[in-house]
Formats: sequence, C-alpha cells, structure tokens
Amino acid sequence: MSNRVGIEVSRAIAVAAKLARVDVVAAYPITPQTHIVEDIAELVANGELDASYVPVESEHSAMSACLGASAVGARAFTATAGQGLELMHEVLYVASAMQLPIVMSLANRALSSPLSIWGDHSDAMSMRDTGWIQLFAANGQEVLDNILCAFRIAEDRKVLLPTVVHLDGFHLTHVIEPISIPEPSEVDGFLPPFNYPLPLDPDKPVTMGAFAPPYIYPETKKAQQVNLLAAKPVILQSWKEFGDHFGRYYSPVESYRAEGAKVLLLTMGSYSETATLAIDSLRKDGKMVGALSLRLWRPFPFEEIRQAVKGADVLIVLDRAVSFGGPGGPVCSEIKAVLYDEARRPKIVGVVGGLGGRDISPSDFVSIINRGIEISQTGSEQEFEMFGVRE
Amino acid sequence: MENYVTFGRRQVTKEENFTPGHRACVGCAEALAVRLACKVLGKNTIVVNATGCMEVISTPLPTTAWEIPWIHTIFENTGAVVSGVEAGLKVLMRKGKRSQRKVNMVVMAGDGGTSDIGLQALSGALERGHDFLYICLDNEAYMNTGIQRSSATPYGASTTTAPAGKKSIGQITWKKNMPEVAAAHDIPYVATACPSYPFDLMDKVAKGAAMLGPAYIHILSVCPTGWRLAPDLAIEVGRLAVRTGIFPLYEIENGKYRFTVKTPKLKPVEEYLKMQGRFRHLAEKDIAHIQDRVNQEYAKLQDKVALTNKPED
Ligand SMILES: Cc1ncc(C[n+]2csc(CCOP(=O)(O)OP(=O)(O)O)c2C)c(N)n1
Ligand code: SF4
Ligand SMILES: [Mg+2]
Repeated sequence: MSNRVGIEVSRAIAVAAKLARVDVVAAYPITPQTHIVEDIAELVANGELDASYVPVESEHSAMSACLGASAVGARAFTATAGQGLELMHEVLYVASAMQLPIVMSLANRALSSPLSIWGDHSDAMSMRDTGWIQLFAANGQEVLDNILCAFRIAEDRKVLLPTVVHLDGFHLTHVIEPISIPEPSEVDGFLPPFNYPLPLDPDKPVTMGAFAPPYIYPETKKAQQVNLLAAKPVILQSWKEFGDHFGRYYSPVESYRAEGAKVLLLTMGSYSETATLAIDSLRKDGKMVGALSLRLWRPFPFEEIRQAVKGADVLIVLDRAVSFGGPGGPVCSEIKAVLYDEARRPKIVGVVGGLGGRDISPSDFVSIINRGIEISQTGSEQEFEMFGVRE
Repeated sequence: MENYVTFGRRQVTKEENFTPGHRACVGCAEALAVRLACKVLGKNTIVVNATGCMEVISTPLPTTAWEIPWIHTIFENTGAVVSGVEAGLKVLMRKGKRSQRKVNMVVMAGDGGTSDIGLQALSGALERGHDFLYICLDNEAYMNTGIQRSSATPYGASTTTAPAGKKSIGQITWKKNMPEVAAAHDIPYVATACPSYPFDLMDKVAKGAAMLGPAYIHILSVCPTGWRLAPDLAIEVGRLAVRTGIFPLYEIENGKYRFTVKTPKLKPVEEYLKMQGRFRHLAEKDIAHIQDRVNQEYAKLQDKVALTNKPED
C-alpha cells in the first residue's frame, strides 16, 4: 500500500532515489536543488539507502562521475539546476551518445547574468539537443512517479539513454504537497534491477568512447537519432505499466478542458496547473478555451500534438525561455514547425513569460489568453511578446 | 625473434594489454610508457583515458589497441570519471553484483589533461581519497593538437602558442611542479618516472596500483615530434633529463621522499637542451639561467629527501 504524506517535493525526489535503489549519487549543491542532494546524503549517512554518495567538486564532475559509475553498471543519479547544468553541458552529450542511462532531476532555474536563483526554463532549453529523454513534471506526485519511470525507461535494453525529469525550481522544489509514496516492494515489482549489457569489466574487456573519423561519425549520429525515436514506445509502455501498478497514468501531452476548445494554451511544468484555474474562469464566462501541457519534450510527441490541436483556431504557446534574436521561445518555434505542414492548423501565438521566477497568476493567464486571441486577429508587430514586462 | 632466449636480471611479461598497430609516431616514448604500465597492470584493470595523443592513436573506430576495459569520455574529467568507476564498482561488489576482487582503476592523461584543464577534477578525486592510480603522461605540451604550450612546458621551449621569436625565447614560465601539487593532497604515493628507466617505471606502477587510496605517477615522456628530435634519440634524451637533474626520479611514500635512481654527479643541462630543436634558439645566458634553476630545484629535492628521512631521535 502506498502512503500519502505531506512532503516537500525535493524530499520526495530523495525518496524516489531510495525507492529506485540507486547505487551512486554524484552531485554538487546549487539552489534550488540543494534539498534534494542534502536529503539523499542523509539517507546514505543513515544507512537507509545503500549507495555511494560522491560529493564531487563541480557539476562537470558530477555528470562525469555518473558516466563512470554507469559505465561499470551502477545505477547513477544526479540533480542540478541552472548554472550547474551549464557547467555539465559538455558531458551531457557524452552520456547520451555513449548510451549511459543516468537519471537526473533538474530544478529548473534561470541563467546568469544577472544572477537569479529563481525558476524558468532557460536551463532546460539549453539541453534540448543533448540527446537526453526529457520529461516535464507539473506537480510533486508527477515528479516522484516520473523519476521512477525515468529509471525504467532509461535502462530498458531497447533504450539505454539518459533521462531528465524537469521540475520548476522553488515553485515545485520547495513546496510541500500531498504525495503518495509507494511501498518499496511495489517499486521493485515495477523497476527491475539495472543490468547494463556491456559494462567495463575485466572479464569481458570493452573499449568505450573510441573516436570517430568522418567515415563513421555520421553513422553514429544517425544511430542516436533512430535510438531516441525508438524510445517513444518504451516510454508509453512504461507509463502504462506504471499506471497499472500504481493507478496513476501519464501521457506525452496532457489536456485540460480541451474538448471543443477553440482557443488552447500550451504550457510546460508547474505553471500548467495555474493555467487550469484561468481556463475554469474563462469557461465560466462562456469562452471555449482549454489547456495543453507538454510532458514529453524529447523524443517530441509529434502525433499527440497534432491530434491535440486539431479542433482549435488559436494556439497560444507560453515559453519560459527566450531564444534571443530568434523567432520566439524554443517551444513555440518547435510547435510551429511541427504543425506547418498541416492542412488545417490553428493560428499560433508565442508568449514568453515567467522568467527568473516571475509569477504568472491565474488572472495573468486570463490576460495572456485574451491578448493571444487579440493577436491572432490583429497580428503583432513583434515575432513574439514578453508578458508583463515593464518597459 | 622466437628462437632467441634472453637473459635478463628481471624478466618482463610478454603479455601486451596495449597492443601494437596503434598510430603513435615512430619513437614515441609516451606510447612506450603506456605499454610498460599496461604490462604491470595486467588484466584486472580498468583504464580511464583523457582526450589526447594516447586516446587518439589507440582507438579510431572501429579499432582498438586495448585488451583491457577502457573508457574515454572527454578531455578534462578523468579524475571524476574514475571516481564514478571506483564508487560504482565498490557498491556493486558490496551488493554482490560484481565478484569481490582487486581491480586497478587507472587514469592515463597528458600533461595538459592533468596540470591544466583537468586539475580541478584530479584535485577533487585525490582529496576524496578514491582508490585509484593516476598516470600523467607528460610530453610537455599539448601534442595532440599540434605542440601548444601547457603549464608543464619547460622554460625556454618553443611551442606553437609560445613560439621563440625576436622578442621571446618561447616559454617564459617555469614548469609547473605537478608531483608536488599531487603530494600536497597528502596522498599515500607520488612518484616520477621515465620510460628510459623501464624497471623503475614498472616498479612504481606496481606500487601505485597496489596502494590503497590515490596514487599519482608523473611520467616524463619524450615526444620526438614535438621536441624536434630524431625518433631514435627518445630513450637517450629521457636518460639525459634524469642525469642532468632536470627530471629526477624519486618517489614520495607516505610523505617520505626517496631518490629511486641515483645521479651522484649531474651532467650539465646543456647536453640535454642541445639535442632538441625546441631549445635550439637558446643563448648561453638562457642556458645558464636554466642551469641555475635546475641546481636550485635539485637541491630543494635533496633537502626534502634528507628532511623526511631523518633518523628518529
Ligand atoms: C574542452 C576541450 N578543450 C580543448 C580540447 C582540444 N584538445 C584535445 S587534446 C588537447 C591537448 C592534449 O594535450 P595533453 O593533455 O598534454 O596530451 P598529449 O596529446 O600531449 O598527450 C587539446 C587542447 C578538447 N578536446 N576539449
Ligand atoms: S605527437 Fe608525440 S606524444 Fe603524440 S604520438 Fe607523436 S610522438 Fe607520441
Ligand atoms: Mg602533452
């Protein structure tokens, strides 16, 4: 039986790591990720989690130590945020290309400068093309559940790819939520032990990380692309089995009152939950609006997105990161690209908001939606608008 | 060669774990150092290699020169990767998922990967006390990328990023004393070695690998390509580095310094410098300046040997 408790989401991540029986955790502290790693260190120190906690001297080393641990066949976990992710950036590509199924939770944080410890998706978007499987969580329960799923997905023999669970810094990491904590035996039934096919082992020597001249490099990249796409059915299957075990089902794109909606708002992460309040109030006023939340970011759920927006006339996309000088937020750009070839597609309006932890309240979301509708009719002088910014 | 029987005071295994057919330059003493080290390390070894000459010459896909498990990820993180390897293996052995046995976990990285870009990760690993052996293959420049200076490049050497010219003698800084940097972490074993003294090198690798906790071996590896000398002179130049006192062979075991190859009377540094194109431009006064520095550094080392071996009162 699972046990529903009020718990800080960061602590729930530590509990998830414990339930997953991780072998090695290598991490470096950074706000707002600190509670996660402090809690894991405590679990190890108390003997509640039989793992090695490697208190590395940087995030670059955190991810590098995870590479080493994963390469010998140990289940490796780390967590970081913002600047920490940028410091490990170089290593992220290596983890996916070398098929080392590390799991990471990223407490999404704005990037310097100016220094901001608060949340947005600038860090998340900077790792967009690193080849990781990427999931976004909207609340604490999703975080815990998807960390367990992340191990299951990452370590699947057909996948073997590192997986990140994004959660909003502070808005999720530092809130106490009621979360169902599954029993260890239940998790063991869902998540089999890690069994890496070809680890570094003196009994069966392998060469890992050889270099590739031009006659073979493109083939390795094609393989990576094919492999990441092939992860999709495994992700869906893992979510289904997770639902069968624990009663909570997940899908790549979540929708809220989207049936019959003419205007849709697409968000990611915890702001999706706030957005639903705006949808409720607009619906009360008789407006046919609905919300979509993108949970699976990589591999991108092309089909699910096409289906989800089918009946809509307007699609407003909220980005919490900026592609400076570019066509819009990264999510909006991608959605536009995905829908471009559709014979019937909604008018797509990009909005950037919630940078550096700036709240977007339910009434703000109402304004965003109304402004989005306006732009869809009149157009805008800018490629995209930044919401609520003083000029 | 099969029909020859050799009599050696010390026999060395014929086993090669770093196999021929790799693409190192002719006369490369760095490849020789790796080969000798691998003979001693044997099969129960995992090698973590940094980006650099040895990685590039040994593993163009789909080939490999390695008969033992080997991993390369990037340039500057070997200290961290080996930390993860060690932590992971220990946990797996504790949980019964891997058989309990001694596995040598060995980093091999160049002077750039060690004393410059990889210093932080190495320092972290030494400070945390992981059980591993770190071998720095010091050819005194970034050779893989074309002979650029590193902090291990010696004073007066001409490299592509610190070239000798009308206004410069090339490198204007003294070589970073990396063995002392490692020793400052209070680790159980630090040593210098050179493949021109193969038995000394192999003894030290064996000792470093057997040591519980971090061990660091700094191997001066003559690079004929980057040092501008004929490939058949690599061994001789390595010997001269030792005999001039430029690169003394010693070890620091639990804080105690000891010369492992005695050099009662040092040769003048000029003999060493004159053999190499990278020092060709040096004037008499530059050479004298280098000689002074070598004398000073050598005396300092002698003092440390004396100080740490004082008979107990
Ligand atoms: C982050 C990063 N910066 C630069 C490089 C380019 N690079 C690759 S190997 C190398 C030099 C290696 O020098 P060293 O460590 O002394 O090894 P050697 O090739 O001399 O054996 C450089 C600069 C890189 N691969 N990664
Ligand atoms: S450049 Fe120097 S170190 Fe590199 S392979 Fe050639 S001789 Fe060896
Ligand atoms: Mg070098």
